[in-house]
Amino acid sequence: MTPGKRGQALTKLSSTYNPAPAHRFNVGDPVAIKRSFPPGHRRTPYYIRGKRGVIERICGAFPNPEELAYGFDGEPRKVLYRVRFAQSHVWPGYGGPARDIIEMEIFEHWLEPADRAVEPADPDETG
Amino acid sequence: MSDPSSFDYYAHRKHDHAHEHGHDDHAPTAKPDEGPPSEHEIVSRAMQELLEQKGLITADEIRRRMEIFEEDFPYRGSRVIARAWTDAAFRRRLLKDGKKACAEAGVNLEATRLIAVENTPDVHNVIVCTLCSCYPRELLGMPPTWYKSDNYRSRVVFEPRAVLKEFGTVLPDHVTVRVHDSNADMRYVVVPMRPKGTENWSEEQLAGILTRDTLVGVTVPQAPE
Repeated sequence: MTPGKRGQALTKLSSTYNPAPAHRFNVGDPVAIKRSFPPGHRRTPYYIRGKRGVIERICGAFPNPEELAYGFDGEPRKVLYRVRFAQSHVWPGYGGPARDIIEMEIFEHWLEPADRAVEPADPDETG
Repeated sequence: MSDPSSFDYYAHRKHDHAHEHGHDDHAPTAKPDEGPPSEHEIVSRAMQELLEQKGLITADEIRRRMEIFEEDFPYRGSRVIARAWTDAAFRRRLLKDGKKACAEAGVNLEATRLIAVENTPDVHNVIVCTLCSCYPRELLGMPPTWYKSDNYRSRVVFEPRAVLKEFGTVLPDHVTVRVHDSNADMRYVVVPMRPKGTENWSEEQLAGILTRDTLVGVTVPQAPE
């Protein structure tokens, strides 16, 4: 997957807090959040499951909260990304301008490659 | 209040406004020592006693920790952002790696990883945690009640402009509202825009208008008329 113009614009923001040598996605990649509803402690909000966005930055590898919550050590660590979404895509009937965006942290195992993004506007590119 | 030893610093700070209203709204919601301790209190107390007996921590260290939580943490964010307002190179480092920049400014964020997000004439940032109430406590102190409320947490993600308006912040349509759901391992702070009329202000003066709410993004700092 080649990061497009969007990806390049995002790259200047990216920073890695923990090393994540093997990561499946890169900044600017279009992704879909799995539409999955398993029981247990999950840090993927319900409202974002099934939605599409783009990788905003790679935060690094972190202990898996879905294991930590039950007293396990959280290993193996999972790569954590920040994903940017267009509000008008996340909330059908969103009342604000189409340029509004929402971003959140999503672990790699909740992400799937998307063939096309529902492209959120890049707030750094003024139009 | 003439006797400094009895001066209640916090009561004074909190009440540093006109005193026309009654004090019922400041009444504690629950009497702290009423009823049996909760399970969490018992576990916490037992843990502390064990750690003290093993010589790993002292009661005074815990007391001190609680003290700085109240007396220092709430003012750290304002100091760091005031510095970012006066030092462009520091600002760039803060936006690149919040934790490292805070350390440079003498603020140890401990386990917290911080992402600083910048307001511009085109972008307004606002922070929420929809899953619980994740908050950069080492930078801003304890989260306010509204930040933890279901109302704020559920609404600011899908109608941010309406919620901001309730805080008195009205944003024109050409400004992008960028909501950050602080839902996992990162914590966030907003770097607001420095208002006009503050060009000659000291960092200390600037810190004075960088209130908690401006750093969460529900309002913007104003220079007094």
